[in-house]
Amino acid sequence: MSVETPLNLILITEHFGNAIDDLGFAHGVHAFAAPPQMIVELCRFLKEHPALRFNFLSDICGVDHYPEVPRYEAVYHLYSLPNKWRVRIKCRLGDPPRVPTVTGVWRTANWHEREAWDMYGIRFEGHPDLRRIYMWEGFEGFPQRKDFPLRGYKDELNPFGAEGPPPTRPDLATKNIP
Amino acid sequence: MTEVTELSRPEGEALDTKEVLLNLGPQHPSTHGVLRLVLELDGEYVARVDPHIGYLHRGTEKLAESFTYTQIFPLTDRLDYLCPPSNNLAFALAVEKLLGIEAPIRAQYIRVLMAELARISGHLLITGALPLDLGAMTALLYAMREREMIMDLLEMISGARMHTSFCRVGGVREDLPDGFFPKIREFCDIFPNRIRDYERLVENNRVFLKRTQGIGVITAEDGIDLGLSGPNLRASGVDWDIRRDEPYEIYDRLDFNVITRNEGDCYARWQCRVEEMRESVRIIEQCLEQMPEGPFQIDMPTIAFPVDKDKVHCSMEALIQHFDLSAYGFKVPKGEVYSAIEAPKGELGFYIISDGSAKPFRMKVRSPSFVNLQGLFGTSNAHYLADMIAVLGSLDPVMAEVDK
Repeated sequence: MSVETPLNLILITEHFGNAIDDLGFAHGVHAFAAPPQMIVELCRFLKEHPALRFNFLSDICGVDHYPEVPRYEAVYHLYSLPNKWRVRIKCRLGDPPRVPTVTGVWRTANWHEREAWDMYGIRFEGHPDLRRIYMWEGFEGFPQRKDFPLRGYKDELNPFGAEGPPPTRPDLATKNIP
Repeated sequence: MTEVTELSRPEGEALDTKEVLLNLGPQHPSTHGVLRLVLELDGEYVARVDPHIGYLHRGTEKLAESFTYTQIFPLTDRLDYLCPPSNNLAFALAVEKLLGIEAPIRAQYIRVLMAELARISGHLLITGALPLDLGAMTALLYAMREREMIMDLLEMISGARMHTSFCRVGGVREDLPDGFFPKIREFCDIFPNRIRDYERLVENNRVFLKRTQGIGVITAEDGIDLGLSGPNLRASGVDWDIRRDEPYEIYDRLDFNVITRNEGDCYARWQCRVEEMRESVRIIEQCLEQMPEGPFQIDMPTIAFPVDKDKVHCSMEALIQHFDLSAYGFKVPKGEVYSAIEAPKGELGFYIISDGSAKPFRMKVRSPSFVNLQGLFGTSNAHYLADMIAVLGSLDPVMAEVDK
């Protein structure tokens, strides 16, 4: 809910300058927008700065803004256990979506990133084990994208699905992940 | 295939060993649902564990995008099906924040009361199930007996034993029924002694102690790094409870302790949950004492159904509004919110992006069990295959919530 002490924004804005945007405070969470190449540096800074100490990664969430451009977004929710602050980092991604992994900063990012890959096809570069997590290996397409039909595509196991084969995208094939 | 088996080896040469893959689950009683673990075994030691999840994936988040906000409540019930009222509460709070409204005080008390009942019900299951996994069957049978009392209470309030769906945006569905207070007071009188019974069943059970104490230790640093929350993290000595640190609803009016343990082993996680049930009973008692009279639902005909149905029957506008609300739902202003509560399993967060329509543009569930399951990678000394069962049981994942 409400924060006890306001987050010291100067620390962050001084360090990063114009590279990140301040999206303001709403509903107990302060939001920032950052470009994908800054994510790891920003996360590490927020985690390790002695006055901030955002040591707990709550969540990583993929978003599909179809048909907007840039289409995808990775949203990070951080929590500072000592200070009881929450921060949201929003990171817009192009198509195909690529963003560096933050598994080096928090180990918990591992499964969150696998989930975002599985559901949205966001490729987290440098992730140690980027496999599908909910869907089975060999599943085609990314089910939570806005252009993926709610009932899936029609095949022998799914007679109520939408007509047409799932769009195959060789650049996003699930196999041969770097 | 080797055709010749050597009976004796040349001296000084080590035994030729190889690692064996063992599949545990998805249909195995000690995996608490449909979890499949692929274990790489080195003899009887577990060298690597690879959980395969998704057997219960129902696409809650995708489904939610095509449902109105009120229709989503039954979906949240089915996340952590041991304690649906907590899930309802978490979702309702997130939507209320977006709308900029607050439920009436009485409704908040009812929600907290139900959430705490749910916490007890969820913790009771693991109180009994962990000993069951390790061969002590009795505790589960006793725990189920008390869980039945909670089921009866929930049925009394909502008509449903498990999937209550009792919360609404802006309040709860109905007021508490007549005769509820004596029933729940009776429960509050009986239950603390019963907690002592479970402890006595287990605390002198040498097999149980040997298999849980000092097993599966997760340090505080590892726990935070792996994103554990709730009792799993508090058992490692991290004093963090969202109910106290970011109070929602009326938790700031209640007096309760946050239970922590320093050992971080399976026994500490079990103990934390048992102690938390005592605190929950205290919270329920305070709720009963403090609960004021008043409305149980916000007075906003565009968001909540009117309590007084006469208006609907007599006024054209009220009838239209009522029809509109049931057919199309209510619109939520554009914006985004992340709202977390302390669910029985840990931090349960809902991240909702609204595009101004009656359905969420994106709803992300930060389910505690999904993250807590990663605790399997953080245990420093769960060496044996049998320890794996204890660790898994003590982390208390609910697969419906893991798979969403």
